[in-house]
Amino acid sequence: MPDFLLELLSEEIPARMQARAADDLRRLVTDALVERGLTYEGAKAFATPRRLALVVVGLPARQPDRSEERKGPRVGAPEKALEGFLKAAGLASIDEAVVQSDPKGDFYVARSVKPGRATAEVISEIMPAIIAGFPWPKSMRWGSGTLRWVRPLHSIVATFGSTQEEPEIVRFEVGGVASGDVTRGHRVHAPGEIRVRRFDDYVDALQKAHVVLDAERRRDMIRADARTLAQAQNLELVEDEALVDEVAGLVEWPVVLMGAFEEEFLEVPEEVIRATIRANQKCFVLRRADGRLANRFILVANLEAADGGAAIIHGNQRVVRARLSDARFFWETDKKTPLADRLEKLKSITFHEKLGTQHERVERIERLARELAPLVGADPDKAGQAARLAKADLVTEMVGEFPELQGLMGRYYAEAEGLDADVAAALEEHYRPQGPSDRVPTAPVSIAVALADKIDTLVGFWAIDEKPTGSKDPYALRRAALGVVRIILDNGLRLRLLSILGAEVALDLLAFFADRLKVQLREQGARHDLVDAALAAGELPPPLRGRVGVAGGAGPGAAADGEPTAPSLTTPTPGPSPQGGGGQNDDLVLIVRRVEALGKLLETDDGKNLLAGYKRAANILRAEEKKDGVGAFEGEVDCALLTEKAEIDLSKALDLAAPAAADAVGQEDFALAAAALARLRPEVDAFFDQVTVNAPDPALRANRLKLLARLRRATRALADFDRIAG
Amino acid sequence: MTDDPMSPKKSFQGLILTLQRFWAEQGCVILQPYDMEVGAGTFHPATTLRALGPRPWKAAYVQPSRRPKDGRYGENPNRFQHYYQFQVILKPSPENLQELYLYSLKALGLDPTVHDVRFVEDDWESPTLGAWGLGWECWCDGMEVSQFTYFQQVAGVDCNPVSGELTYGLERLAMYIQGVDRGFDLNFNGRDGAEKVTYGDVFRQAEQEYSRFNFENADVELLKRHFQDAEQECKALIEAGEADGRLMAMPAYDQAIKASHAFNLLDARGVISVTERQSYILRVRDLAKACGAAWLKTEAGGAAVPLPLAGRG
Repeated sequence: MPDFLLELLSEEIPARMQARAADDLRRLVTDALVERGLTYEGAKAFATPRRLALVVVGLPARQPDRSEERKGPRVGAPEKALEGFLKAAGLASIDEAVVQSDPKGDFYVARSVKPGRATAEVISEIMPAIIAGFPWPKSMRWGSGTLRWVRPLHSIVATFGSTQEEPEIVRFEVGGVASGDVTRGHRVHAPGEIRVRRFDDYVDALQKAHVVLDAERRRDMIRADARTLAQAQNLELVEDEALVDEVAGLVEWPVVLMGAFEEEFLEVPEEVIRATIRANQKCFVLRRADGRLANRFILVANLEAADGGAAIIHGNQRVVRARLSDARFFWETDKKTPLADRLEKLKSITFHEKLGTQHERVERIERLARELAPLVGADPDKAGQAARLAKADLVTEMVGEFPELQGLMGRYYAEAEGLDADVAAALEEHYRPQGPSDRVPTAPVSIAVALADKIDTLVGFWAIDEKPTGSKDPYALRRAALGVVRIILDNGLRLRLLSILGAEVALDLLAFFADRLKVQLREQGARHDLVDAALAAGELPPPLRGRVGVAGGAGPGAAADGEPTAPSLTTPTPGPSPQGGGGQNDDLVLIVRRVEALGKLLETDDGKNLLAGYKRAANILRAEEKKDGVGAFEGEVDCALLTEKAEIDLSKALDLAAPAAADAVGQEDFALAAAALARLRPEVDAFFDQVTVNAPDPALRANRLKLLARLRRATRALADFDRIAG
Repeated sequence: MTDDPMSPKKSFQGLILTLQRFWAEQGCVILQPYDMEVGAGTFHPATTLRALGPRPWKAAYVQPSRRPKDGRYGENPNRFQHYYQFQVILKPSPENLQELYLYSLKALGLDPTVHDVRFVEDDWESPTLGAWGLGWECWCDGMEVSQFTYFQQVAGVDCNPVSGELTYGLERLAMYIQGVDRGFDLNFNGRDGAEKVTYGDVFRQAEQEYSRFNFENADVELLKRHFQDAEQECKALIEAGEADGRLMAMPAYDQAIKASHAFNLLDARGVISVTERQSYILRVRDLAKACGAAWLKTEAGGAAVPLPLAGRG
């Protein structure tokens, strides 16, 4: 079966756009083919700096024929109707139609076969629109033309044919460029015309013309040659896949060379050297056997130079040297000004129009870091100092040149100044974690500043109502919140978030943290519903909250058992008091422990059955509360009205379990609370086996419902079982 | 190494003369620098205005460029507030512009079979000119030596046809070709011994003095007035031309250039806040746009211009 080969040769395509463009080309062409009935066996697209190429293999030579049926009028219909039908169907006389019967009678049907067109013809039709409308992130016009392409498009190869035959050129024209069978090789090594027949000889011809078509192969060559060169010098390549990708998009014929720079530049921090050589020169750095950076670098040229690369190496070395001189100059100059003296300059840097300058922001972070310090075991003065200096490196020359070194340079400059080691470390670490795989700060001073920095950002953007929406999160607020969650959990920090977040936005922001926590726990395999259940622990069913708030005191019947009471949402309990008995669940560590305890509980038979019994009780309560009103059964159980053994047993069991669970929660021992609740299982089962809740006697009924309500309250100490699935 | 003082390997002026000769041979008009303070060769009306309208145009010239903020009091051997650009503009951009560029490097002694020339993505934008284009930085052995741009829009107007613009950073290129690490050490005249004149001999003192002026002494209030005066004059010239059809696009554009340079000086003096900065840029852009629109109504701008009706005196 024939194959289609396409190549679009242009001026240099930006490296970052190549892979996506190859993919788009494959998708657009194959979709258009399939839409026209042309299925294929396989397709692969390629990109080099100057060309996009596509091969579609196993296409049919022609589209399949299409038969069409057109239903006409009834047999014996008036002459006018028949005439109209013949005209519409393109028939000469009614004899060319066939007669079909259906329950309504006999009808004329015109059958026609639309022959499929040659595939090459179809391709020549679809290509101009695909090229003209290609989804480049940015495209341009050139010369006097109107076609848009990423850079000027020079030639198009389009051939179609099987391996046994001489392929034909698929003829089309777009923006004044006509398709043909001629391409060109490497700009310097093989600038002449190359005639192409089909994919195999195309790849071979390009290879001979110093073009490696496949980006993956170019990447492999770069990696392998770079490692070989490094090993020959007893050095190790510092791997950098993003750089491999970029460089592979800058060369059609990778030639890997090694250059050197003066030993003395190694005084500059190695991250700076790496950033300089990587960002400006797109070169790799190397390590010595002892792990230190070597005074060598790897460059990838696009040329097999006549002098073996001597001039290229010489030139690159000069540039690297100049860049490293600049970096060393920045390093030396920056060190002359203490970080503390730079704070004034932060006044001229706007952080956000509505959130003031970096200077104002630093003042807020400092206040918060001092507040947080005692809660995370940090020295408040150190935390305050670190927070104050945290952004000072933004106005150093080095960070101006290499923004990605923010934080790290702060640390280096602080160390050079002889500042406290904890403070210096915090200047770097307060930006962490930068992403899901980045490590979390563990030193107390770093933790205090990292939390203060992120929380200030979140509270600020919440206050000006710039929350993330959908896929839009321009200020990376999700990342900041997830960072807070991870810092708290990984370090087991006991913080009441509501008291830290500030009143106005605290609740909304807490819900945002809860969402991040869910994502985080789900990734660790925790069930989504358990997180919800744990978050809602201690709350009474929603409609009751209002009543409790109005009453301003404990819920009816709650205090007697020491069961959890509903918190008043408007006055979150401040301070690091245990969370068992009251307050919004804003202590992330406790939430996670609840989730773990719940998970374990539900793995046991007792737990599963208890949940089933709970659900039954809750369903009955919901149904009966509809009749009697919400809260109707929250009163105390009247022991005198307990008549059957099973209900007496359940009541006694609750007498033990409810305070035990509540106590355990108060002591933050959720496993113990879960165990106490699990022991209710036999009594709950027996109750539903033997007792009719809706007894004819209204007093008995109400009392039994109160018993079930008590069961519901008892479980709520650990979690809201309503939110558990199953 | 050659002994010919006019060789680009030997002298800064040899580099300039070689480029001029090369582009003259490609049919370019070789112009002289524009006689005003500009931040880049693009500001020369031979580029900004000539890039607009349908008429073909080929020109090349050296343009002294002033970037007040880049001054370093002559202490940084590679960072200057005044430097040279060699500018080529070809409208419409020819099919073989990349090849022409590579030939020009070859003419400078950069043999493409020995040197690694790369086209690395670099989109160009000039907010003050309301202009943007797509193209590359051109690297030679890892050194950025030129910028290569296909203008898409200038003065807020879509370019049709599209111009190709090449900008050679002359000092950097010369340093590379001469094998010199410090810009001030460039051999300017290609002579040796007592007759040798370096780039530093010519410009170091200027760098020191202008840095003092740019950063410390330029009169802020005066500059603000100059900005306003230039802005007003520009608008007035446009309006007057519109009123009677006797257009003054070029004198108006001079005023836009003046406003732009006043803004650059104010910026170097550090008296422009973040929000003000944006508003200054927009004001200059409005001037550039108005000048571009006026230019398109002139003969050189490609309009079919009737003889002015208003009296010739």
